Amino acid sequence: MNDNNKPILELKNVTTHYGPILMLKDVNVEIRPGETVCLLGGNASGKTTTLKTILGMVVPTEGDVILAGDKISGLNTTEIVTKGISMVPENRRLFKRMTVLENLEMGAFIRTGSKGIAEDLERVFELFPRVKERLGQRAGTLSGGEQQMVAIGRALMANPKVLLMDEPSMGLAPFLVQQTFDIIQQINEQGTTVFVVEQNANMALSIANHGYVLQTGRIVLADTAKNLLENKMMRQAYLGEV
Amino acid sequence: MKNTLRQRIGEQFSLITLLLWALRVGVFIVVLWGSINTLASGRYEASTWINLVIAGLAQGSIYALIALGYSLVYGILRFINFAHGEVFMAGAFTSVFVAEALERSGFFPKYPILTFAILLIVSMTSSTVVAVLLERIAYRPLRNAPRLVPLITAIGASFFLQYTFRGLYGSGFHTYPEFGQLWGVWNIAGMDIQIVQVFVFLASLLMMAGLYLIVERTKTGKAMRAVSEDKEIAALMGIDVNRVIVITFVIGGMLAGSAGVIRGMYQPQGIWFFMGFHPGLKAFTAAVLGGIGNIPGAMLGGLFLGVFETVGPTLILQGLGIPAANQLKDAIAIIMLVLVLIFRPQGILGEKLAEEKA
Ligand SMILES: Nc1ncnc2c1ncn2[C@@H]1O[C@H](COP(=O)(O)OP(=O)(O)OP(=O)(O)O)[C@@H](O)[C@H]1O
Ligand SMILES: [Mg+2]
Repeated sequence: MNDNNKPILELKNVTTHYGPILMLKDVNVEIRPGETVCLLGGNASGKTTTLKTILGMVVPTEGDVILAGDKISGLNTTEIVTKGISMVPENRRLFKRMTVLENLEMGAFIRTGSKGIAEDLERVFELFPRVKERLGQRAGTLSGGEQQMVAIGRALMANPKVLLMDEPSMGLAPFLVQQTFDIIQQINEQGTTVFVVEQNANMALSIANHGYVLQTGRIVLADTAKNLLENKMMRQAYLGEV
Repeated sequence: MKNTLRQRIGEQFSLITLLLWALRVGVFIVVLWGSINTLASGRYEASTWINLVIAGLAQGSIYALIALGYSLVYGILRFINFAHGEVFMAGAFTSVFVAEALERSGFFPKYPILTFAILLIVSMTSSTVVAVLLERIAYRPLRNAPRLVPLITAIGASFFLQYTFRGLYGSGFHTYPEFGQLWGVWNIAGMDIQIVQVFVFLASLLMMAGLYLIVERTKTGKAMRAVSEDKEIAALMGIDVNRVIVITFVIGGMLAGSAGVIRGMYQPQGIWFFMGFHPGLKAFTAAVLGGIGNIPGAMLGGLFLGVFETVGPTLILQGLGIPAANQLKDAIAIIMLVLVLIFRPQGILGEKLAEEKA
């Protein structure tokens, strides 16, 4: 933990276009090892685009994405994933016709050592005992909450340095949202750095160290979670205060 | 207003349903009528039917091996590789020259099993090379083009391959040497069963079992299934999507190549540059019949089509008083396809595509 002040993942002046359309403008984000950082913003503000840019699914037109000191923008998704980033995508996107176990195996696709994989499988079972009971079931037949567990489990199976999450609370009942954020906190405490995209600002800030607010592709606020929770503009725009 | 509209839609819907049911019942009656007539005429014994079914299974297993190539590629790229018949031709046509040479040199009569192995390797390699080149040169650059573009390209590629092979090997017919050991009959319970047909069926079954194991059990097979469901997320798992697509073409090519040798042993004549067209069409029919994109579906569809087109003309058409029924087996295959699609648009084992595309 002596490198604690050097960011493990960094977006430096990142600008991204979809064709001619400017989507992200000069985005700067720093995530330090062991932190939970959240990215907040309304619909179509560019949150998913930010995650896709990190993973090389969209290539930034300007700026760099840097993982542990190495530039990763320009690499393809497979290469970036191999370097230690995995994602829980928006809407879970499980392989619906494959079994739960096969979905988890796909999460560990890039890994070789079977011992490490078995250990992480156990870790997933500890976090989600329900998943263990459903290993042979087709993922498409799981309930929404169960699918979310498998999607998180699948991303953990890559044993990532940084875990990206795209709106994990979406479509879940309130008590499941709470439970999901407890799990995220638990994952973070086990040593995984977490970068979580959310519209549920209250919930996200309650577990995060730092937060960024994105508006039409620009970062308009960046501060510690504590300060953001007290920020006036923040409270009015995102925390439901009139 | 709202109510009457709904009522109208309801009526229309029930009318179509009614028509479909009338069609279904009609088809059923015609099939039943023909079959009963034929069976009542007492012209054929039970052993004839069994022999026809076995012959159908043999023919069908060749269709199935080729159909798998269509279905595998469709499953991954949602695209019909209409040049797949030519992939099959490439293997059979290339290996026939090796077969002829081995026969002339006297190697074949001495070591028939070794010859079979050599032919299998040659044929599978040729088919695989053609399939991989097709993907690399013709299809990959069009990966993100509108769907119609690669489809038309595939038809073009099919002609290109036919005439390339004509240029390479000439336009004459070639004949596979006869594997004498296979051309006997087994007498089982008073019935003469052709050994070659049993061999063809079992050899194909073995190939298909191998494929099934690969797709279900191996890491590569799982990656194939993942890519076929969601390419973006598969890439997110670190799966090299391009590599998986190439592997899919390789497997399709190997199956088609093995079908080439098996076809040569079962029907030695008529090996030439155009030989891929007809079985290609039938195999495509079989793949759609079974549910395109579905692996067990392609196997089942192939066997089903083979049996149906072998048994059907004698059983159904003769009973209806249609002369020279055996010449109508292609017609019956296509009618079969249309009927199955009317009854089950997604094919025998196909899953509802509508839901998947949404
Ligand atoms: N492939 C694409 N081509 C063109 N425009 C795109 C593409 N993907 C996304 N967009 C557009 O970019 C904008 C931002 O999308 P993005 O998915 O990043 O938003 P988001 O902040 O994640 O929103 P949400 O909260 O609704 O998920 C949207 O207006 C979207 O329509
Ligand atoms: Mg989004």
